[in-house]
Amino acid sequence: MTTLKQLRGSAAIAGVATYGCGESPGHTDMELLAEAARRAVADAGLAMKDIDGLCTASASATMWAMPVVEYLGLRPSYIDSTMLGGSSFIAHLLPAMQALASGQCNAVLVCYGSAQRTATFGRREVVASRRYLDPQPYETPYEPMQPLSAYALAASRHMHEFGTTRRDLAEVAVAARAWARLNPEAFMRDPLSIDDVLNARMVCDPLTVRDSCLVTDGAGAFVLVRADRARDLPREPVHVLGTGTAVWNRQISSMHDLTTTAARDSGRAAFDMAGLSPRDIDVVQLYDAFTINVLLFLEDLGFCAKGEGGAFVRGGAIAPGGRLPVNTNGGGLSCVHPGMYGIFALIEAVRQLRGEGGDRQVAGARTALAHGNGGTLSSQATAVLGLAQTL
Amino acid sequence: MTNSSTTSKPTGTGVLARHQAELDAGRFLIQRCGACQRAVYFPRVLCPHCGAEEPALVAPAGTGAVYAVTTVRRKPEAGGDYNVSIVELDEGVRLMSRVEGMPPADVRIGLRVRARVVVPPGGSGMVVFDAITGDAA
Repeated sequence: MTTLKQLRGSAAIAGVATYGCGESPGHTDMELLAEAARRAVADAGLAMKDIDGLCTASASATMWAMPVVEYLGLRPSYIDSTMLGGSSFIAHLLPAMQALASGQCNAVLVCYGSAQRTATFGRREVVASRRYLDPQPYETPYEPMQPLSAYALAASRHMHEFGTTRRDLAEVAVAARAWARLNPEAFMRDPLSIDDVLNARMVCDPLTVRDSCLVTDGAGAFVLVRADRARDLPREPVHVLGTGTAVWNRQISSMHDLTTTAARDSGRAAFDMAGLSPRDIDVVQLYDAFTINVLLFLEDLGFCAKGEGGAFVRGGAIAPGGRLPVNTNGGGLSCVHPGMYGIFALIEAVRQLRGEGGDRQVAGARTALAHGNGGTLSSQATAVLGLAQTL
Repeated sequence: MTNSSTTSKPTGTGVLARHQAELDAGRFLIQRCGACQRAVYFPRVLCPHCGAEEPALVAPAGTGAVYAVTTVRRKPEAGGDYNVSIVELDEGVRLMSRVEGMPPADVRIGLRVRARVVVPPGGSGMVVFDAITGDAA
Protein backbone atom coordinates (compact mmCIF):
# COMPACT_ATOMS: atom_id res chain seq x y z
CA MET A 1 0.00 0.00 0.00
CA THR A 2 1.20 3.49 -0.83
CA THR A 3 0.90 5.94 2.05
CA LEU A 4 0.20 9.62 1.62
CA LYS A 5 3.65 10.43 2.98
CA GLN A 6 5.15 8.27 0.23
CA LEU A 7 3.28 10.38 -2.32
CA ARG A 8 4.93 13.53 -0.91
CA GLY A 9 6.71 15.25 -3.78
CA SER A 10 6.00 12.34 -6.14
CA ALA A 11 4.32 14.64 -8.65
CA ALA A 12 5.19 18.10 -9.86
CA ILE A 13 3.48 20.88 -11.72
CA ALA A 14 5.39 21.22 -14.97
CA GLY A 15 3.31 23.84 -16.76
CA VAL A 16 0.78 26.54 -15.96
CA ALA A 17 -1.19 29.16 -17.88
CA THR A 18 -3.98 31.64 -17.49
CA TYR A 19 -5.96 33.12 -20.35
CA GLY A 20 -8.67 35.69 -20.92
CA CYS A 21 -8.66 37.02 -17.36
CA GLY A 22 -10.85 40.08 -16.88
CA GLU A 23 -13.13 40.53 -19.88
CA SER A 24 -13.14 38.30 -22.96
CA PRO A 25 -16.36 39.19 -24.73
CA GLY A 26 -17.59 36.86 -27.42
CA HIS A 27 -15.84 33.78 -26.07
CA THR A 28 -17.35 30.61 -24.66
CA ASP A 29 -16.23 28.90 -21.46
CA MET A 30 -14.72 26.15 -23.62
CA GLU A 31 -12.77 28.51 -25.84
CA LEU A 32 -11.16 30.17 -22.83
CA LEU A 33 -10.43 26.79 -21.22
CA ALA A 34 -8.90 25.40 -24.42
CA GLU A 35 -6.58 28.36 -24.89
CA ALA A 36 -5.38 28.10 -21.27
CA ALA A 37 -4.95 24.33 -21.73
CA ARG A 38 -2.94 24.79 -24.94
CA ARG A 39 -0.63 27.29 -23.25
CA ALA A 40 -0.17 25.20 -20.08
CA VAL A 41 0.74 22.11 -22.10
CA ALA A 42 3.20 24.14 -24.18
CA ASP A 43 4.62 25.69 -20.98
CA ALA A 44 5.30 22.15 -19.75
CA GLY A 45 7.23 21.38 -22.93
CA LEU A 46 4.65 18.80 -23.93
CA ALA A 47 2.20 18.35 -26.79
CA MET A 48 -1.55 17.81 -26.35
CA LYS A 49 -1.05 14.20 -27.52
CA ASP A 50 1.07 13.61 -24.39
CA ILE A 51 -1.91 14.37 -22.13
CA ASP A 52 -3.51 11.14 -20.91
CA GLY A 53 -5.16 12.42 -17.74
CA LEU A 54 -7.85 15.10 -17.42
CA CYS A 55 -9.33 16.92 -14.42
CA THR A 56 -11.97 19.58 -14.98
CA ALA A 57 -15.22 20.94 -13.57
CA SER A 58 -17.85 23.47 -14.56
CA ALA A 59 -20.40 25.44 -12.57
CA SER A 60 -23.04 24.90 -15.25
CA ALA A 61 -22.42 21.68 -17.22
CA THR A 62 -22.89 18.53 -15.16
CA MET A 63 -21.06 16.23 -17.63
CA TRP A 64 -18.30 18.75 -18.34
CA ALA A 65 -15.40 16.27 -18.74
CA MET A 66 -16.95 14.82 -21.88
CA PRO A 67 -17.18 18.00 -23.97
CA VAL A 68 -13.68 18.96 -22.76
CA VAL A 69 -12.27 15.60 -23.88
CA GLU A 70 -14.03 16.01 -27.20
CA TYR A 71 -12.95 19.63 -27.74
CA LEU A 72 -9.29 19.00 -26.91
CA GLY A 73 -9.16 15.72 -28.86
CA LEU A 74 -7.98 13.69 -25.86
CA ARG A 75 -8.26 9.97 -25.09
CA PRO A 76 -7.49 10.05 -21.38
CA SER A 77 -6.88 6.92 -19.32
CA TYR A 78 -7.57 8.96 -16.16
CA ILE A 79 -10.56 11.31 -15.76
CA ASP A 80 -11.71 13.26 -12.69
CA SER A 81 -14.57 15.73 -12.94
CA THR A 82 -15.32 15.94 -9.24
CA MET A 83 -17.22 19.18 -8.69
CA LEU A 84 -16.76 20.78 -5.27
CA GLY A 85 -17.13 24.38 -6.40
CA GLY A 86 -14.12 26.65 -6.24
CA SER A 87 -11.90 24.16 -4.42
CA SER A 88 -12.30 21.54 -7.18
CA PHE A 89 -9.00 22.00 -8.99
CA ILE A 90 -6.95 21.76 -5.80
CA ALA A 91 -9.08 18.78 -4.73
CA HIS A 92 -8.17 17.15 -8.05
CA LEU A 93 -4.48 17.00 -7.03
CA LEU A 94 -4.44 13.98 -4.71
CA PRO A 95 -6.36 11.53 -6.94
CA ALA A 96 -4.22 12.70 -9.87
CA MET A 97 -1.05 12.01 -7.89
CA GLN A 98 -2.34 8.51 -7.11
CA ALA A 99 -3.16 7.95 -10.77
CA LEU A 100 0.35 9.08 -11.76
CA ALA A 101 1.98 6.95 -9.05
CA SER A 102 0.10 3.84 -10.13
CA GLY A 103 1.03 4.32 -13.76
CA GLN A 104 -2.60 4.79 -14.78
CA CYS A 105 -1.49 7.90 -16.65
CA ASN A 106 1.62 10.00 -17.29
CA ALA A 107 0.53 13.61 -17.73
CA VAL A 108 -2.57 15.14 -16.17
CA LEU A 109 -4.11 18.36 -17.48
CA VAL A 110 -6.20 20.25 -14.91
CA CYS A 111 -8.24 22.98 -16.59
CA TYR A 112 -11.06 25.48 -16.08
CA GLY A 113 -12.62 28.27 -18.09
CA SER A 114 -15.54 30.61 -17.53
CA ALA A 115 -16.93 33.60 -19.37
CA GLN A 116 -19.26 34.44 -16.51
CA ARG A 117 -18.70 38.20 -16.75
CA THR A 118 -19.55 38.67 -20.41
CA ALA A 119 -21.59 35.56 -21.30
CA THR A 120 -25.23 36.10 -22.15
CA PHE A 121 -26.07 33.03 -20.10
CA GLY A 122 -24.17 34.18 -17.09
CA ARG A 123 -24.11 33.98 -13.34
CA ARG A 124 -27.68 35.24 -12.88
CA GLU A 125 -29.11 32.52 -15.10
CA VAL A 126 -26.91 29.83 -13.57
CA VAL A 127 -28.11 30.82 -10.08
CA ALA A 128 -31.73 30.78 -11.25
CA SER A 129 -31.46 27.37 -12.89
CA ARG A 130 -29.62 25.93 -9.90
CA ARG A 131 -32.72 26.56 -7.79
CA TYR A 132 -34.31 23.72 -9.71
CA LEU A 133 -31.28 21.52 -10.36
CA ASP A 134 -29.70 21.80 -6.90
CA PRO A 135 -32.50 22.88 -4.54
CA GLN A 136 -31.93 24.09 -0.99
CA PRO A 137 -35.54 24.09 0.23
CA TYR A 138 -34.62 25.03 3.81
CA GLU A 139 -32.73 28.20 2.85
CA THR A 140 -34.16 29.48 -0.43
CA PRO A 141 -37.53 30.64 1.03
CA TYR A 142 -35.68 33.25 3.10
CA GLU A 143 -34.08 34.73 -0.02
CA PRO A 144 -30.44 34.81 1.05
CA MET A 145 -28.41 36.59 -1.62
CA GLN A 146 -26.05 33.68 -2.19
CA PRO A 147 -23.21 33.22 -1.90
CA LEU A 148 -22.75 36.63 -0.27
CA SER A 149 -25.31 36.23 2.53
CA ALA A 150 -23.70 33.01 3.76
CA TYR A 151 -20.33 34.69 4.15
CA ALA A 152 -21.97 37.73 5.76
CA LEU A 153 -23.60 35.43 8.34
CA ALA A 154 -20.21 33.86 9.11
CA ALA A 155 -18.65 37.33 9.35
CA SER A 156 -21.34 38.43 11.80
CA ARG A 157 -20.58 35.47 14.00
CA HIS A 158 -16.80 36.04 13.82
CA MET A 159 -17.30 39.67 14.85
CA HIS A 160 -19.58 38.60 17.71
CA GLU A 161 -17.30 35.88 19.08
CA PHE A 162 -13.90 37.51 18.61
CA GLY A 163 -14.43 41.26 18.34
CA THR A 164 -13.35 41.30 14.71
CA THR A 165 -14.18 44.65 13.11
CA ARG A 166 -15.20 45.84 9.67
CA ARG A 167 -11.83 47.60 9.59
CA ASP A 168 -10.10 44.21 10.00
CA LEU A 169 -12.09 42.88 7.05
CA ALA A 170 -11.18 45.99 5.05
CA GLU A 171 -7.47 45.29 5.69
CA VAL A 172 -7.87 42.12 3.60
CA ALA A 173 -9.35 43.97 0.62
CA VAL A 174 -6.75 46.75 0.82
CA ALA A 175 -3.86 44.26 0.96
CA ALA A 176 -5.26 42.39 -2.04
CA ARG A 177 -5.49 45.63 -4.00
CA ALA A 178 -1.94 46.63 -3.07
CA TRP A 179 -0.72 43.31 -4.53
CA ALA A 180 -2.97 43.72 -7.59
CA ARG A 181 -1.37 47.08 -8.31
CA LEU A 182 1.88 45.16 -8.85
CA ASN A 183 0.27 42.62 -11.20
CA PRO A 184 -0.39 43.62 -14.83
CA GLU A 185 -2.92 40.74 -15.14
CA ALA A 186 -5.10 42.01 -12.27
CA PHE A 187 -8.53 43.34 -13.23
CA MET A 188 -8.83 46.11 -10.59
CA ARG A 189 -5.66 48.16 -10.01
CA ASP A 190 -6.93 51.55 -8.79
CA PRO A 191 -5.80 52.65 -5.34
CA LEU A 192 -8.02 51.36 -2.51
CA SER A 193 -7.98 52.58 1.11
CA ILE A 194 -9.51 51.26 4.31
CA ASP A 195 -12.00 54.13 4.18
CA ASP A 196 -12.89 53.27 0.59
CA VAL A 197 -13.90 49.79 1.74
CA LEU A 198 -15.74 51.01 4.84
CA ASN A 199 -17.65 53.61 2.80
CA ALA A 200 -18.42 51.31 -0.13
CA ARG A 201 -21.98 50.24 -0.87
CA MET A 202 -23.20 47.79 1.77
CA VAL A 203 -24.64 44.65 0.16
CA CYS A 204 -25.11 42.15 3.00
CA ASP A 205 -24.11 43.54 6.39
CA PRO A 206 -21.27 43.55 7.38
CA LEU A 207 -19.93 43.01 3.85
CA THR A 208 -19.74 45.76 1.25
CA VAL A 209 -19.21 45.45 -2.46
CA ARG A 210 -15.46 45.94 -1.78
CA ASP A 211 -15.48 42.99 0.66
CA SER A 212 -16.69 40.88 -2.27
CA CYS A 213 -14.83 39.18 -5.08
CA LEU A 214 -14.83 40.28 -8.67
CA VAL A 215 -17.01 38.80 -11.37
CA THR A 216 -14.67 38.29 -14.31
CA ASP A 217 -14.01 36.00 -17.23
CA GLY A 218 -10.94 33.83 -17.17
CA ALA A 219 -9.35 30.45 -17.62
CA GLY A 220 -6.52 28.57 -15.95
CA ALA A 221 -4.75 25.28 -16.53
CA PHE A 222 -1.82 23.31 -15.20
CA VAL A 223 -0.04 20.06 -16.03
CA LEU A 224 0.94 17.51 -13.39
CA VAL A 225 3.55 14.79 -14.10
CA ARG A 226 5.66 12.39 -12.02
CA ALA A 227 8.58 14.15 -10.35
CA ASP A 228 11.24 12.19 -12.25
CA ARG A 229 9.75 13.22 -15.58
CA ALA A 230 9.34 16.83 -14.44
CA ARG A 231 13.11 17.05 -14.01
CA ASP A 232 13.53 16.43 -17.75
CA LEU A 233 11.03 19.11 -18.78
CA PRO A 234 12.00 22.74 -19.46
CA ARG A 235 10.38 24.42 -16.45
CA GLU A 236 11.63 24.25 -12.87
CA PRO A 237 9.37 21.62 -11.26
CA VAL A 238 7.02 22.72 -8.49
CA HIS A 239 6.43 19.66 -6.33
CA VAL A 240 3.20 18.85 -4.53
CA LEU A 241 4.50 18.19 -1.02
CA GLY A 242 1.11 17.70 0.56
CA THR A 243 -2.57 18.13 -0.20
CA GLY A 244 -5.92 17.43 1.41
CA THR A 245 -9.64 17.99 0.89
CA ALA A 246 -12.46 18.22 3.44
CA VAL A 247 -16.22 18.82 3.32
CA TRP A 248 -18.46 19.13 6.38
CA ASN A 249 -21.65 20.68 5.02
CA ARG A 250 -23.36 22.19 2.00
CA GLN A 251 -25.65 24.86 3.43
CA ILE A 252 -24.39 27.63 5.67
CA SER A 253 -27.20 26.82 8.14
CA SER A 254 -25.79 23.27 8.43
CA MET A 255 -22.28 24.45 9.24
CA HIS A 256 -21.21 22.98 12.57
CA ASP A 257 -19.71 26.25 13.75
CA LEU A 258 -19.81 29.37 11.58
CA THR A 259 -16.31 30.42 12.58
CA THR A 260 -14.47 27.14 11.94
CA THR A 261 -14.29 25.69 8.44
CA ALA A 262 -13.27 22.29 7.12
CA ALA A 263 -9.98 23.97 6.14
CA ARG A 264 -8.88 22.85 9.59
CA ASP A 265 -8.97 19.25 8.28
CA SER A 266 -7.78 19.91 4.72
CA GLY A 267 -4.91 22.01 6.04
CA ARG A 268 -3.89 19.46 8.65
CA ALA A 269 -3.89 16.72 6.02
CA ALA A 270 -1.79 18.81 3.64
CA PHE A 271 0.74 19.81 6.30
CA ASP A 272 0.95 16.26 7.68
CA MET A 273 1.68 14.85 4.22
CA ALA A 274 4.21 17.61 3.56
CA GLY A 275 5.86 17.26 6.96
CA LEU A 276 5.77 21.05 7.23
CA SER A 277 3.97 23.60 9.37
CA PRO A 278 2.61 27.09 8.62
CA ARG A 279 5.85 28.76 9.74
CA ASP A 280 7.66 26.90 6.92
CA ILE A 281 5.53 28.57 4.23
CA ASP A 282 6.99 31.51 2.30
CA VAL A 283 3.94 32.61 0.28
CA VAL A 284 0.22 31.97 0.81
CA GLN A 285 -2.65 31.99 -1.70
CA LEU A 286 -6.11 31.81 -0.07
CA TYR A 287 -9.48 31.62 -1.80
CA ASP A 288 -10.75 35.13 -1.02
CA ALA A 289 -14.30 35.09 -2.34
CA PHE A 290 -14.99 37.56 0.47
CA THR A 291 -12.74 39.30 2.98
CA ILE A 292 -13.93 37.08 5.86
CA ASN A 293 -12.55 34.03 4.01
CA VAL A 294 -8.97 35.16 4.50
CA LEU A 295 -9.40 35.58 8.26
CA LEU A 296 -11.08 32.17 8.58
CA PHE A 297 -8.43 30.38 6.51
CA LEU A 298 -5.46 32.08 8.21
CA GLU A 299 -6.90 30.73 11.46
CA ASP A 300 -8.04 27.29 10.28
CA LEU A 301 -4.79 26.60 8.41
CA GLY A 302 -2.78 27.50 11.51
CA PHE A 303 -1.14 30.79 10.52
CA CYS A 304 -2.69 32.28 13.66
CA ALA A 305 -4.93 31.13 16.50
CA LYS A 306 -8.71 30.91 16.13
CA GLY A 307 -10.21 34.36 16.53
CA GLU A 308 -6.94 36.21 15.94
CA GLY A 309 -7.29 36.62 12.17
CA GLY A 310 -8.38 40.25 12.53
CA ALA A 311 -5.38 41.13 14.66
CA PHE A 312 -3.11 39.14 12.35
CA VAL A 313 -3.92 41.20 9.24
CA ARG A 314 -3.84 44.67 10.86
CA GLY A 315 -1.40 47.31 9.67
CA GLY A 316 -0.80 45.84 6.23
CA ALA A 317 0.59 42.58 7.62
CA ILE A 318 -0.48 40.54 4.56
CA ALA A 319 0.15 43.35 2.05
CA PRO A 320 3.41 43.88 0.11
CA GLY A 321 6.17 44.38 2.68
CA GLY A 322 4.10 42.79 5.46
CA ARG A 323 4.99 39.82 7.65
CA LEU A 324 3.26 37.21 5.46
CA PRO A 325 2.65 37.61 1.71
CA VAL A 326 -0.98 36.56 1.07
CA ASN A 327 -2.72 36.56 -2.32
CA THR A 328 0.18 38.08 -4.21
CA ASN A 329 -1.71 38.25 -7.53
CA GLY A 330 -4.45 40.40 -5.99
CA GLY A 331 -6.68 37.40 -5.30
CA GLY A 332 -10.32 36.99 -6.19
CA LEU A 333 -10.95 40.40 -4.65
CA SER A 334 -8.81 42.34 -7.16
CA CYS A 335 -7.21 40.03 -9.76
CA VAL A 336 -9.59 37.47 -11.25
CA HIS A 337 -12.69 35.52 -10.18
CA PRO A 338 -14.63 33.75 -12.92
CA GLY A 339 -16.81 31.78 -10.48
CA MET A 340 -14.33 29.14 -9.29
CA TYR A 341 -11.09 30.82 -8.24
CA GLY A 342 -9.07 27.92 -6.78
CA ILE A 343 -7.05 27.12 -9.89
CA PHE A 344 -5.79 30.71 -10.00
CA ALA A 345 -4.58 30.49 -6.38
CA LEU A 346 -2.57 27.40 -7.32
CA ILE A 347 -1.17 28.97 -10.50
CA GLU A 348 -0.05 32.08 -8.61
CA ALA A 349 1.70 29.85 -6.05
CA VAL A 350 3.56 28.13 -8.90
CA ARG A 351 4.52 31.43 -10.50
CA GLN A 352 5.91 32.71 -7.20
CA LEU A 353 7.98 29.55 -6.69
CA ARG A 354 9.34 29.84 -10.22
CA GLY A 355 10.32 33.45 -9.55
CA GLU A 356 7.98 34.75 -12.26
CA GLY A 357 6.15 37.26 -10.04
CA GLY A 358 7.71 40.36 -11.59
CA ASP A 359 7.13 43.42 -9.40
CA ARG A 360 5.15 41.32 -6.93
CA GLN A 361 7.73 38.53 -6.59
CA VAL A 362 8.35 37.35 -3.04
CA ALA A 363 12.14 37.09 -2.91
CA GLY A 364 13.48 33.60 -2.37
CA ALA A 365 10.12 31.83 -2.08
CA ARG A 366 10.76 28.08 -1.81
CA THR A 367 7.44 26.92 -0.34
CA ALA A 368 3.88 28.01 -1.02
CA LEU A 369 0.41 27.14 0.17
CA ALA A 370 -2.63 27.34 -2.09
CA HIS A 371 -6.09 26.94 -0.58
CA GLY A 372 -9.42 26.49 -2.35
CA ASN A 373 -12.94 26.97 -1.01
CA GLY A 374 -16.21 25.95 -2.61
CA GLY A 375 -19.92 26.53 -2.15
CA THR A 376 -20.81 28.58 0.93
CA LEU A 377 -17.83 27.70 3.15
CA SER A 378 -18.69 24.13 2.14
CA SER A 379 -15.66 22.46 0.55
CA GLN A 380 -12.02 23.10 1.42
CA ALA A 381 -8.87 21.89 -0.35
CA THR A 382 -5.28 22.76 0.53
CA ALA A 383 -2.00 22.20 -1.31
CA VAL A 384 1.53 22.70 0.01
CA LEU A 385 4.00 23.20 -2.84
CA GLY A 386 7.78 23.38 -2.87
CA LEU A 387 10.84 23.59 -5.09
CA ALA A 388 13.23 20.65 -5.52
CA GLN A 389 15.39 21.65 -2.54
CA THR A 390 12.39 21.18 -0.21
CA LEU A 391 12.00 17.49 -1.09
CA MET B 1 -48.73 28.28 16.24
CA THR B 2 -52.11 27.03 15.12
CA ASN B 3 -53.38 23.49 15.01
CA SER B 4 -55.70 23.99 12.08
CA SER B 5 -55.19 21.52 9.31
CA THR B 6 -55.62 21.99 5.62
CA THR B 7 -56.16 19.63 2.77
CA SER B 8 -55.31 22.18 0.10
CA LYS B 9 -52.03 20.45 -0.73
CA PRO B 10 -51.40 16.73 -1.25
CA THR B 11 -49.46 15.06 1.51
CA GLY B 12 -46.49 13.24 0.04
CA THR B 13 -44.76 10.29 1.62
CA GLY B 14 -41.18 11.62 1.69
CA VAL B 15 -39.72 13.45 4.69
CA LEU B 16 -39.52 16.78 2.86
CA ALA B 17 -43.11 16.51 1.64
CA ARG B 18 -44.46 15.58 5.08
CA HIS B 19 -42.49 18.35 6.79
CA GLN B 20 -43.73 20.88 4.24
CA ALA B 21 -47.32 19.63 4.55
CA GLU B 22 -47.12 20.24 8.30
CA LEU B 23 -45.76 23.74 7.68
CA ASP B 24 -48.55 24.39 5.20
CA ALA B 25 -50.94 23.39 7.99
CA GLY B 26 -49.26 25.85 10.35
CA ARG B 27 -47.12 23.36 12.28
CA PHE B 28 -43.33 23.64 12.62
CA LEU B 29 -41.68 20.28 13.35
CA ILE B 30 -38.10 19.18 13.81
CA GLN B 31 -36.78 15.65 14.28
CA ARG B 32 -35.67 13.78 17.39
CA CYS B 33 -33.63 10.59 16.88
CA GLY B 34 -35.03 7.67 18.85
CA ALA B 35 -31.61 5.99 18.98
CA CYS B 36 -29.26 8.78 20.07
CA GLN B 37 -31.88 11.28 21.29
CA ARG B 38 -30.25 14.12 19.35
CA ALA B 39 -32.39 16.79 17.71
CA VAL B 40 -32.09 17.05 13.93
CA TYR B 41 -32.87 19.86 11.49
CA PHE B 42 -33.42 19.91 8.57
CA PRO B 43 -35.46 16.66 8.53
CA ARG B 44 -33.96 13.71 6.66
CA VAL B 45 -34.32 9.95 6.27
CA LEU B 46 -31.45 9.05 8.58
CA CYS B 47 -29.95 10.55 11.71
CA PRO B 48 -26.82 12.52 10.70
CA HIS B 49 -25.38 11.88 14.17
CA CYS B 50 -25.75 8.10 14.53
CA GLY B 51 -27.13 6.84 11.21
CA ALA B 52 -30.32 5.44 12.72
CA GLU B 53 -33.38 5.24 10.52
CA GLU B 54 -35.71 8.13 10.12
CA PRO B 55 -35.93 10.25 13.27
CA ALA B 56 -39.46 11.09 14.38
CA LEU B 57 -40.96 14.47 13.56
CA VAL B 58 -41.67 16.30 16.82
CA ALA B 59 -42.77 19.77 17.83
CA PRO B 60 -39.95 21.96 19.18
CA ALA B 61 -40.53 24.43 22.01
CA GLY B 62 -40.28 27.06 19.28
CA THR B 63 -37.95 29.30 21.24
CA GLY B 64 -34.33 30.07 20.53
CA ALA B 65 -31.80 32.80 19.88
CA VAL B 66 -30.34 34.55 16.85
CA TYR B 67 -27.00 32.85 16.11
CA ALA B 68 -25.86 34.84 13.07
CA VAL B 69 -27.39 37.76 11.25
CA THR B 70 -27.22 39.79 8.06
CA THR B 71 -29.26 42.52 6.45
CA VAL B 72 -29.71 42.01 2.73
CA ARG B 73 -29.74 45.47 1.19
CA ARG B 74 -32.47 46.03 -1.37
CA LYS B 75 -33.73 49.16 -3.06
CA PRO B 76 -36.81 50.67 -1.37
CA GLU B 77 -38.83 50.38 -4.58
CA ALA B 78 -38.07 46.63 -4.61
CA GLY B 79 -39.28 46.20 -1.03
CA GLY B 80 -36.38 47.55 1.02
CA ASP B 81 -33.81 45.87 3.24
CA TYR B 82 -34.60 42.55 4.88
CA ASN B 83 -33.20 40.31 7.57
CA VAL B 84 -31.71 36.86 7.07
CA SER B 85 -30.72 35.10 10.28
CA ILE B 86 -29.53 31.75 11.45
CA VAL B 87 -31.50 30.87 14.58
CA GLU B 88 -30.40 28.30 17.13
CA LEU B 89 -33.39 26.60 18.71
CA ASP B 90 -33.28 25.66 22.39
CA GLU B 91 -33.16 22.01 21.21
CA GLY B 92 -29.69 22.82 19.81
CA VAL B 93 -30.40 22.77 16.08
CA ARG B 94 -30.06 25.73 13.72
CA LEU B 95 -32.02 26.89 10.74
CA MET B 96 -32.04 29.78 8.32
CA SER B 97 -34.99 32.11 8.83
CA ARG B 98 -35.81 35.77 9.39
CA VAL B 99 -36.83 37.88 12.35
CA GLU B 100 -39.95 39.94 11.73
CA GLY B 101 -41.58 42.85 13.49
CA MET B 102 -38.45 44.99 13.91
CA PRO B 103 -36.05 46.89 11.67
CA PRO B 104 -33.47 44.51 10.15
CA ALA B 105 -30.61 46.60 11.55
CA ASP B 106 -31.90 46.00 15.11
CA VAL B 107 -31.69 42.21 14.94
CA ARG B 108 -28.70 41.20 17.07
CA ILE B 109 -26.92 37.94 17.79
CA GLY B 110 -28.26 36.56 21.07
CA LEU B 111 -31.72 38.07 20.64
CA ARG B 112 -34.29 35.66 22.09
CA VAL B 113 -36.90 34.71 19.50
CA ARG B 114 -40.01 32.55 19.11
CA ALA B 115 -41.03 30.64 15.98
CA ARG B 116 -44.19 31.38 14.05
CA VAL B 117 -45.41 29.68 10.87
CA VAL B 118 -46.62 31.92 8.08
CA VAL B 119 -48.55 30.53 5.13
CA PRO B 120 -48.79 33.06 2.30
CA PRO B 121 -52.06 32.83 0.34
CA GLY B 122 -51.55 30.05 -2.19
CA GLY B 123 -47.94 29.67 -1.05
CA SER B 124 -45.91 27.32 1.07
CA GLY B 125 -45.71 27.53 4.83
CA MET B 126 -42.45 28.79 6.30
CA VAL B 127 -40.98 29.42 9.74
CA VAL B 128 -40.22 32.98 10.80
CA PHE B 129 -39.34 34.37 14.21
CA ASP B 130 -40.44 37.23 16.46
CA ALA B 131 -38.41 38.78 19.24
CA ILE B 132 -39.38 37.71 22.76
CA THR B 133 -39.54 40.83 24.90
CA GLY B 134 -39.63 41.43 28.64
CA ASP B 135 -39.43 38.67 31.26
CA ALA B 136 -40.36 35.99 28.74
CA ALA B 137 -36.98 36.44 27.02
